[in-house]
Amino acid sequence: MKTSYKPDKLGFYGEYGGAFIPELLKIPVQELSAAFSYFKEDPSFILEFEQLLKDYVGRPSPLYKSTHLSNRFQANIYLKREDLNHTGSHKINNTIGQILLAKRMGKTTILAETGAGQHGVATATVCALTGLKCVVFMGEKDIERQYPNVQRMRMLGATVIPATSGSKTLKDATNEAIRHWINHPDSYYLIGSVVGPHPYPEMVAHFQSVISKEIKVQLTHATGKELPHRVIACVGGGSNAAGAFYEFYEDEEVELIAVEAAGEGVYSGLSAATSILGSDGVIHGSLTLLMQDRDGQIIEPHSISAGLDYPGIGPLHAHTIRSGRTKACPITDDEALRAAFELSRNEGVIPALESAHALAVLEKLTIQPNEVIVINLSGRGDKDMQTYLEYFTKNHESI
Amino acid sequence: MNPFKKQDKQLSIFITAGYPELNSLPEQLNLLQRNGVDFIEIGIPFSDPLADGPVIQQSSQQAIRNGMNLEVLFEQLKETKSNIHVPLVLMGYFNPILQFGIQRFLKEASVCGIKGVIIPDLPFEIYMRSYQEEFQKYDVTFIPLITPKSEDSFIKMVSENSRNGFVYLVSQHATTGSDIQFISNQSRYADIRVLCGETPLFLGFGIRNNRDLASAYLECDGGIVGTAFLQAITEGTENEFLKTLREVTLQEG
Ligand SMILES: Cc1ncc(COP(=O)(O)O)c(C=O)c1O
Repeated sequence: MKTSYKPDKLGFYGEYGGAFIPELLKIPVQELSAAFSYFKEDPSFILEFEQLLKDYVGRPSPLYKSTHLSNRFQANIYLKREDLNHTGSHKINNTIGQILLAKRMGKTTILAETGAGQHGVATATVCALTGLKCVVFMGEKDIERQYPNVQRMRMLGATVIPATSGSKTLKDATNEAIRHWINHPDSYYLIGSVVGPHPYPEMVAHFQSVISKEIKVQLTHATGKELPHRVIACVGGGSNAAGAFYEFYEDEEVELIAVEAAGEGVYSGLSAATSILGSDGVIHGSLTLLMQDRDGQIIEPHSISAGLDYPGIGPLHAHTIRSGRTKACPITDDEALRAAFELSRNEGVIPALESAHALAVLEKLTIQPNEVIVINLSGRGDKDMQTYLEYFTKNHESI
Repeated sequence: MNPFKKQDKQLSIFITAGYPELNSLPEQLNLLQRNGVDFIEIGIPFSDPLADGPVIQQSSQQAIRNGMNLEVLFEQLKETKSNIHVPLVLMGYFNPILQFGIQRFLKEASVCGIKGVIIPDLPFEIYMRSYQEEFQKYDVTFIPLITPKSEDSFIKMVSENSRNGFVYLVSQHATTGSDIQFISNQSRYADIRVLCGETPLFLGFGIRNNRDLASAYLECDGGIVGTAFLQAITEGTENEFLKTLREVTLQEG
């Protein structure tokens, strides 16, 4: 039986998803649902979205065949260059879509959470573009490790509010954004991944699906066939993966690999490998796989990559991983760092730490000669220079 | 008989189980009962309470660090059961209950004589679809939350369903402990009181002192005080604080 990748009326993908929200958020969420259902079919909305993706973001992003990786693995390895988008990651695809929606809903203030700061920057950017007020919540720990992005958000005119509760990372920034939304129900909450209550997972996947639509067209040009053997993407909440997989879900011969951050090792106690360590539970308004203790308290995850340092995954991924349609694969901090250096040195591309996790999977696969593999290079590494340099200094001889 | 139905206006207090000490609860229940509190809400601590402000967040973190969980809570409740006669309500986010097991939770709750359960992040629609049958089987009442902006039809439906319990009216769109403008909402509270019919209606979120409580007594059947009482616990002034709140009750009663 085919795994459905569209949610039912209440927002469930199989048993995962839904909208587990306090009554306080019911009306804002209902309004959002209604607006999304209407405008996603609206020709003038679609036209404006596509126009901005082309002229402002710079889409389509190239599908680049990596000479180095193709040689090394004796296969055809393509990088989907989301790092070349305006602001440096896939996050902008979703923020363009949602800001157009917010505008049409008459909203004036935009709230967002951010981990690596890429979603925060992408949100601050579209707010500057449209003249809307922007408030970004970011964990204190992430503010420290992704400081260049904090400065970018401020330069773009956004207010950055540190989240000081819990682990002071993405989970807590999301809590603070939702609390702020409860207190200011007229503002628009622009979520950055395929997480949160229905309709967010569906909506974010919809706006990100442009990635796999382009891959199909570009692969046809390059190889004469629209389907690769494998598509690989990293998963924090899972928006770049949802976008890269979306058009391939029904092509069951295509293997979909979701790469999770294993931190210092899956069972080290410092990990964010949700699909292995997680169990069914409710986080941020959605029933999904999440890391929790036996009392149902949410466990603070760990990853060197701020964008993957999240204890849950989107319900679409929970559903497709549990049903077997998507394969999950854990990658440690060190493996990701090595892959980042390899691509930088041999291909002249410095990837984001998040995307480096996806690259690192290649070594773990048994690859057939001439196989066609697409890796979603979700972002560029400028924001991670501090972490890279620390690693570089520490491991100078071995590099 | 609905245990939340009285002639007089009622005062309810919310406390976080396991705060400030793991074993604080039994004594707190006794104190509240001695001071004539009409019913008590016991908060099950959760690591990520979305609808709560900093005070309840911090009390929950502390309670979790102290080792509070549902097993410990039900044990403490069984021990105090014979002394405590005011109705008890459990309030907690869905995830800890889900992990404990819904059946097991309801069974324990009913053994402990719990009169109602509030789960702020379990919407009524999902409750009806997936859990109502089990709640009924164990004779535990699901207490719905509404806000001044809830639709009239929704308010009617949930109050019908909660005839053995009450309806929890969240004073305004805000997290717990916020500054609330009670006055500007009074006429909506009055409409809601009518919509609820026979089901008692209590106002909560942001009631900090006797003046706020008097505002709750204007249109609703009572008020629920949480954040302000936890602050009094932290400061060691719970006796004095309860006394000032009781004065309002006596005046209005
Ligand atoms: C470059 C990059 N890739 C991936 C992610 C992870 O997010 P998602 O799993 O939603 O794609 C982030 C998040 O900040 C990111 O900045």
